[in-house]
Amino acid sequence: VALDKAPADARPWIEAAKPAHPSLVDTRWATADLYNVVNVPTVLWIDEEQRIVRPNDAVFATDTFTKIHGIDPAPKLAALRAWVRDGVSAISPDEVGMLKSLPSETDQLARAEFGLAQFLARQGRADGAEVHFQRAGTLAPHDFTIRRGSMPMRGIDPMGPEFRAMVGEWIASGHRYYHPLPK
Amino acid sequence: VTVFTLIDEGRETSVDADVRDGRVLIEADDVEAATGWAYKPDGLCRGEICVPVRKAEIDSKGRIDLVVLAEALRQPLALDIAESAAFLGTSASDRSDQLRSRHAPDFRLPDLDGHLHSLSDYAGRKVLLIFYASW
Repeated sequence: VALDKAPADARPWIEAAKPAHPSLVDTRWATADLYNVVNVPTVLWIDEEQRIVRPNDAVFATDTFTKIHGIDPAPKLAALRAWVRDGVSAISPDEVGMLKSLPSETDQLARAEFGLAQFLARQGRADGAEVHFQRAGTLAPHDFTIRRGSMPMRGIDPMGPEFRAMVGEWIASGHRYYHPLPK
Repeated sequence: VTVFTLIDEGRETSVDADVRDGRVLIEADDVEAATGWAYKPDGLCRGEICVPVRKAEIDSKGRIDLVVLAEALRQPLALDIAESAAFLGTSASDRSDQLRSRHAPDFRLPDLDGHLHSLSDYAGRKVLLIFYASW
C-alpha cells in the first residue's frame, strides 16, 4: 500500500518493480489510520485467518540504506521465509498483543487535523491547509506519515533540507525515527 | 447560513451551518446526512446504538453545536470556521478495539488500474502487508 497523495506519485515505483502481488494506493491515509502506521516502511504479517500475527515493524527489503538506519534486512527476511514456508513465527500470540502499538486520543486528533488539512490542500486552499498540517504535526510529532508525508502536499521536498533538519532534531532530542520490533 | 463541508469517516457532505460566537450549529437532518446519526428522543442514534445528548444541547430550531456533537460521539474534531470545513475522525478507543480484535481491520483500495482490492479477498492466504511511499 503506497501512502501517496495521488496514484501518479506511486506509479513510477510500481511500474519499475512490476510486482506480481497487488499494489494499492491510499491517497487519504485511511489505512495509516486503521493500522496506526506512523512511518514507512511498516510491515505486518496477516495469517490465513486474517489475524495480525506480527504487528507493525520497520523492515527493509534491501540493504541500500542500512548504513543510514542500521536495520539489517537479513534476519527479518529469513523470519518471513520461515513463516511462509513452515508457519513458524518468532512472536507468540500473547506477545503480538503486547507489541501492537495503539493510538492515543491525541494521535487520533492529529489524524483528524491531517484529514482536514488534506481536504483543504486538495481544494487548493494552501494557507488554510498549512495551519492544520502544522497542528497535526505538533500533536503527533512521532508520526512521520503526517510530518514527512505531508511535505509533497505542501510543496516541500520530502528528501530535502527541511526533512533532514526535522529528523536531525527528532533524533537529537532522544527519539527514534524507525521502530523495528525487537525480534 | 454558511455552507460547511463536514467530513466523517472520509466522506464529504455539504451542510448548512449557522456560525455565531465561534459556534457552528447544524440542523439534525444535515447531521444525519453527514454522519448517519439521527436525533431521537433517546439521543443521537445510528442503527441500534444511541448516545445520550442533553436536551439543552439542542436549540429550539433542532440544531446541534458541532463541538457538542463530536463530544457526544466521542470522535476527535478538527474544525476550521474560516475555511467552513470540519473533519470528524475516529476515536482512539474504537481504533484500539479494532486493532486488538481477532481480525485484522479490513479495507478496500484501488490499484493503478482502478481495480479495487479488499484485504478480506485474501482470506485463506498469508498476507504480507507493506506500507511504503514515494516520499
